Amino acid sequence: MRAGGRWDVARLGAVDPKLRALAPNGVREAAIDLAGLETLDTVGAWIIHRTQRTLAAQGIAVSLVGADPTHGALIERIEKSDVPPPLARPEPNVLLEMLERTGRALLEAVRTLGALLGFVGHVVTTGLRLLVHPSRVRMTSLVNHLEKVGLNAIPIVGLLSFLIGMVIAFQGADQLRRFGAEVFTVNLLGVSILRELGGILTAIIVAGRSGSAFTAQIGTMQVNEEVDAIRTIGLDPVELLVLPRVTALVIALPLLTIYADVMGLVGGLVMAVLVLDMTVLQFAERLQQAVPLWSFWVGLIKAPVFGLLIGMVGCREGLAVQGGAESVGT
Amino acid sequence: MRGEVIGIVGGSGTGKSVLLKTIVGLQLPAAGAIEVLGVPITDRRGADGAPIETRWGVLFQGGALFSSLTVAENVAVPLKEHTDLSAPLIREVAAYKIAMVGLPAEAGAKYPNEISGGMRKRAGLARALALDPEIVFLDEPTAGLDPIGAAAFDTLVRDLQRLLGLTVVMVTHDLDSLKAICDRIAVLIDKRVLVGTLETLLVHPHPWIQEYFHGPRARAALTP
Repeated sequence: MRAGGRWDVARLGAVDPKLRALAPNGVREAAIDLAGLETLDTVGAWIIHRTQRTLAAQGIAVSLVGADPTHGALIERIEKSDVPPPLARPEPNVLLEMLERTGRALLEAVRTLGALLGFVGHVVTTGLRLLVHPSRVRMTSLVNHLEKVGLNAIPIVGLLSFLIGMVIAFQGADQLRRFGAEVFTVNLLGVSILRELGGILTAIIVAGRSGSAFTAQIGTMQVNEEVDAIRTIGLDPVELLVLPRVTALVIALPLLTIYADVMGLVGGLVMAVLVLDMTVLQFAERLQQAVPLWSFWVGLIKAPVFGLLIGMVGCREGLAVQGGAESVGT
Repeated sequence: MRGEVIGIVGGSGTGKSVLLKTIVGLQLPAAGAIEVLGVPITDRRGADGAPIETRWGVLFQGGALFSSLTVAENVAVPLKEHTDLSAPLIREVAAYKIAMVGLPAEAGAKYPNEISGGMRKRAGLARALALDPEIVFLDEPTAGLDPIGAAAFDTLVRDLQRLLGLTVVMVTHDLDSLKAICDRIAVLIDKRVLVGTLETLLVHPHPWIQEYFHGPRARAALTP
């Protein structure tokens, strides 16, 4: 066999299958002539070494001739790195594996529920302790998070509520017109925005913006061993990292909900003026008659609960990170 | 210069890592132009059309292995992306590269978070060497390794550099490495790069260089 030209990783794709398919019949001895090689890299050296080894296993003595000294040294170096591969894992039974995964997932779900419950307890007791010692509340951190989760969310929350308000008013008017009941559009708008949509919309936006941000922040700190550092200094990660974030959400979410309510109603108002030819005054009057104040409170009362849940889940996921990037959020 | 090992040293905050990141094009230089292997870094493609990424290897400080892949898969990534080698050959290449950097064969099947920091570093080197690059950039390759591992690492870099004509650019604080394998040393000092051999730097009058090469640790490492 004669090897020639440039044997490097970019050019060897075609050579390898041929050497792999080599089927010697009755040959007892072979020689690989390397004198024609211009360049040789480790992949080329590996292929030569492997060919030699495979043939040797079939009882054929292979010698390398005419090798340039550096090429020879390279092949020798590669020889030293040829270790038998570890035992391959046995091919798993698909059905069994599926069953195993289902069981694992179930157990994991139960465990997560338990852990989350424990975490909530931990956060609540820490929070109660802070109520007794208010001086330990991390004000700077709290205000910082209030700005991030509350103030900075205002544009997106406002825009979405405004658009939803417009859509409800427009679609509602369209449907109600068939019964000649266009004027009830305001009832529809007022009740749905105030009771449900304002709060749930805000919660969804905040969960996407801030809940995942909490997970990412605390998860990165966990990977950097910052959380461990906090523990060794004698501080409580829950007090330092979790409580300010959760508290910020509990405070910010009701405020954002009120803002979302207002923007939703304004969106509906714009549509009512444009499509239903209402005046602003008529709209306001109608709203006052149709929607009891209680609707507003029903919507608002849920907001702190949403905030608590979003914050708890986000922070726990962050603290549960182990190892690397892949485990964030799973 | 081709086929030489150059070490970059400098105090903390003098910009060693920034220099390395700028050379490989992860950061734009504030001023000036950078060429690697004759290719302006902003072009990323040489005269023969081969992307510059296939001609270099980079080892980051922590190894920077992809955490969703096993070590062997990590090493295989550049091979899969940039070559037309068959899947079995890629597996073999990954296996011998892993052995070459001194990792046990079982390590190939493990995920990065299941192995130690030193092993991650070796695995990172195996990935950097996957395409048999012409030049490798190493960011503190021996930091965090035990002395035996560090010496083995030095020998490995030396071997590869001799056998493959590899050019090596390494940021290092390891005086043993500097002495054992670096042909030339670049010192970052007073916002300039000063290049010299170990011998010329030993007699250089600058106080920081004197302190660096004649401090208590340096004396222990450099006296034969």
